[in-house]
Amino acid sequence: MIAPTETAKEFVNIQLDGQWVQVPKGMNVIEVAKAFGKLIPHYCYHPKLQVVGNCRMCLIEMGTPKMGPDRKPILGADGRPEIAWMPRPQIGCATNATEGMAFRTDSPLIQECRKGVMEFLLINHPLDCPICDQAGECQLQEFSVEFGGEKSRFVENKVKKPKRVDLGERIVLDDERCVLCSRCIRFTRDVVGDDCLGFVSRGSHTVLTAHPDKPFNNNYSLNTVDICPVGALTSKDFRFKMRVWFLKETPSICTSCGTGCNTVIGSREGVVYRQTPRENEAVNQCWMCDYGRLNFHYLNDEKRLTQPQVRVKQDFFPTDWDDVLSQVASSLKNVSPNEIAILASARMTNEELFLVKQLQKQLGGDAVLLDILPRPQKTDHLLVCDDGNPNSQGAQLFGVSQKGKKLETLRQGIASGKYRLVLALHEDLTKLGVSSENLSKIESLISLSLLSNATTEASHFILPGAGFAEKRGSMINVKGRLQRLNKATATPVDAKEDWEIFNSLIARLGGNSFSSIEEVFKEIAATCPALANLSLSKIGDQGIALNFNS
Amino acid sequence: MAVEEKRLIFKHIDQPGYTIDIDCYLRNGGYEIAKKALTLKQADIINEVKASGLRGRGGAGFGCGLKWSFIPPTNTKPVYLICNADESEPGTFKDRQIIYKDPHQLLEGMLISCYANRVSLAYIYIRGEFPDGAKILERAIEEAKKHNFLGKNILGSDYSLEIYVHRGAGAYICGEETGLIESLEGKRAYPRIKPPYFPAVLGLYQCPTIVNNVETLCHVKHIMAIGGAEYAKLGTPNNTGTRILCVSGDVNKPGYYEFEVGKITLGELIYDVCAGIRNGNQLKAIIPGGSSAKVLRADETFKIKQKQADGSMIEKSITINDIPMDFDTMAAAGSMAGSGGVIVMDHTRDMVEALANINEFYAHESCGQCTPCREGSLWMKKITTRMTHGGARKEDLGLLKNVADNIAGRTICAFGEACSWPTQSFIAKFPEEFENKTKTETLSEPIRTAA
Repeated sequence: MIAPTETAKEFVNIQLDGQWVQVPKGMNVIEVAKAFGKLIPHYCYHPKLQVVGNCRMCLIEMGTPKMGPDRKPILGADGRPEIAWMPRPQIGCATNATEGMAFRTDSPLIQECRKGVMEFLLINHPLDCPICDQAGECQLQEFSVEFGGEKSRFVENKVKKPKRVDLGERIVLDDERCVLCSRCIRFTRDVVGDDCLGFVSRGSHTVLTAHPDKPFNNNYSLNTVDICPVGALTSKDFRFKMRVWFLKETPSICTSCGTGCNTVIGSREGVVYRQTPRENEAVNQCWMCDYGRLNFHYLNDEKRLTQPQVRVKQDFFPTDWDDVLSQVASSLKNVSPNEIAILASARMTNEELFLVKQLQKQLGGDAVLLDILPRPQKTDHLLVCDDGNPNSQGAQLFGVSQKGKKLETLRQGIASGKYRLVLALHEDLTKLGVSSENLSKIESLISLSLLSNATTEASHFILPGAGFAEKRGSMINVKGRLQRLNKATATPVDAKEDWEIFNSLIARLGGNSFSSIEEVFKEIAATCPALANLSLSKIGDQGIALNFNS
Repeated sequence: MAVEEKRLIFKHIDQPGYTIDIDCYLRNGGYEIAKKALTLKQADIINEVKASGLRGRGGAGFGCGLKWSFIPPTNTKPVYLICNADESEPGTFKDRQIIYKDPHQLLEGMLISCYANRVSLAYIYIRGEFPDGAKILERAIEEAKKHNFLGKNILGSDYSLEIYVHRGAGAYICGEETGLIESLEGKRAYPRIKPPYFPAVLGLYQCPTIVNNVETLCHVKHIMAIGGAEYAKLGTPNNTGTRILCVSGDVNKPGYYEFEVGKITLGELIYDVCAGIRNGNQLKAIIPGGSSAKVLRADETFKIKQKQADGSMIEKSITINDIPMDFDTMAAAGSMAGSGGVIVMDHTRDMVEALANINEFYAHESCGQCTPCREGSLWMKKITTRMTHGGARKEDLGLLKNVADNIAGRTICAFGEACSWPTQSFIAKFPEEFENKTKTETLSEPIRTAA
């Protein structure tokens, strides 16, 4: 395990609201204040973006040490430098801590400045929060309550600007709500490298717009919805679907590729409404790709399997878990190990993969074919990984993956009728090139799946499993970081968490079973050196970098 | 006439037969001073400019030599010089005369300044509304190149210089030096935050950059002609040399005049030079340094401190007619010498109308980058426009002043001050005119509550 290393920093003494404190040299005042539990309100400043200082909300008072004739600071009775305060307020975002500086973040002048800026921001802004999708997570709303005045003195007509502007495939813009902070412009230009947003017109009539020949369609466009401090940029996928204060927030990870971006799942009453990125410097900073973000709708797809089913001739009949697992167990007992093939998935969690390995052992060890389906894909310059599987490292670690080397054997074995029993775990055999004709040669085809597909249609037993938002567990991303999934919603109807399915099956085959997923992880930690001394709770929300060499 | 013009910059301008050709310029001793300067050490030229006490003629009146000395001594990047020919402050029309009538004077001033600061690439950023000026400068540059006053190894020296003319995109804010740099880089003219983007450190293309006004650069030539110490004898201490004053408004002879700084008073300028107020009207107000400068009321008295010859300070009370036209006294009188644009208003002028006009300009020209100026300038315009249409309310005066107070000092660039000073000063100086407006009518618009 690699402990996060704190790079050696030079510290300086500064005076913050009358208190002398030590902070890293060069840290900007917004971050300094944050470190001491003080909020300096801001709109345009974002720690990951270039500082532009345009919103003027983070104004602070600043002072420097008074210098004597000897060019040394004059010290007061307390041995600290006396401060010469600047008459003009300064912006906190572009002011960096140096020795002897002093800041007032909440003086009468600053309160007046903030009140003034809040009033300016609101005079031409629609005051229709009740119908704005940003309500509840709007910084304009929050800072207005905290720092604004109680009434508007503005009696003129407001500036009219375009509304419901189609900025790209996934983004709608309301120019009247835009506070022109330029975060979105800087993000897409500097972080994504797709310079397609900008301002046109001047003064109070300035509007945000996309380049006429370059719609805002890059794979990171939805991050601008997250960083937009107001309701100007909204996600077509999420807008007006749910008031944000109703959403339960569950920290988790994205399972759409090997990067494993940290996320927050927003759900209500068993339905996932959105995924947003969660800050993790070691993985995704505070971004995620649009594909991964929106890749959750299948959880509520109409093809979702919600009941265990048994096929009799050509018809499927719903049944209960006890029945289906008994039948699967007896089918497994009736074939010899070299007649069994298990196609597992590197989309499964460590705990699930570990149990699949246990199942293989229970069924006869290496005689049973076991492999996963690799998903090589095109990477990009930011977060999309060349591995489309989120847990290839885990599959490798627990001996489930042969990196797809056995898939050809599997294909031929199905065609020749060698494999009389095949377990397809979250994978569709037709994606390997197994024809439906060959699928029908399998005497017992057992599918663990979320959605119906060609393989489930040809199966004798269908086991409905749990999606990434419906279960707990861990995965190891492509860089060897152990991360945790958390359960946001329950499995629908009678679907079951995968680890429980494997657990019951192993028990029915006479193997050891576990009483909880913690127990499973405990066993993993005991048998796998890379995970020694760890537990699910120890992983925490930021994950742990593993050292496979130790 | 009590005060004679002292024409350095304008020596040849408007002389019969004086043309913009390089031959005419050369016949009148053109480029001789540059030739001499190219034989000097760079530091010597900078020292002459420092000794001259030359203050920038663009508006802020910042010491030119001091500005040059901000280039970091350890700098290894190229240094750029930009001539700010955006002349966009209403009431100002002096640089235009130089560009249109004596372009080589500017080029010679630039050549000396560039050489002194080891600049090998310079730009003239000329406002979009001067299309002919741009052509004249382009032609002058071609002529200068043919005579090897520009280009490679100028006049046999090792020194090479290229000057490019860049036409502005037509916005007031392009005259703000960091906005100008952004515009020159091909972006929207959004002024940069300072710190860290002081032009002398991180200017054009993130390299050290000197931005000087047209008139300022021309003065460099005259400093080198007579020497810094001699130049410093012109004008008054700390307000040296000559400067061009552009007088517009209600005078009989508006125009551009060049005087020693501080050697002429406002009264002399208006009554002696400009032949008094038109139609025999009474003087009401003067905006002394471009439309953003604070207005002066004709009947007020100004308490100013003056340095005596022996170094002691005396305070005295003077009238508007006695204010000498220099940087320091004008600041002491509560306004600024600014760009030298003197706008004169007589007793027929409605000060609310005048302010509404100015506010309309600044609301139109606010770049919109930072909140207070973007929203406040338009708000002020809307209030003053409403006032002029009989819609003033009792509370508007306080509101208007407070809006201006909430802009000034809280913006990225000095536009915040430029747009709020007129409002602040008009209300402070002519409260009765604003109050009169509010008496005429009351507006029963409900006050909206914030969401």
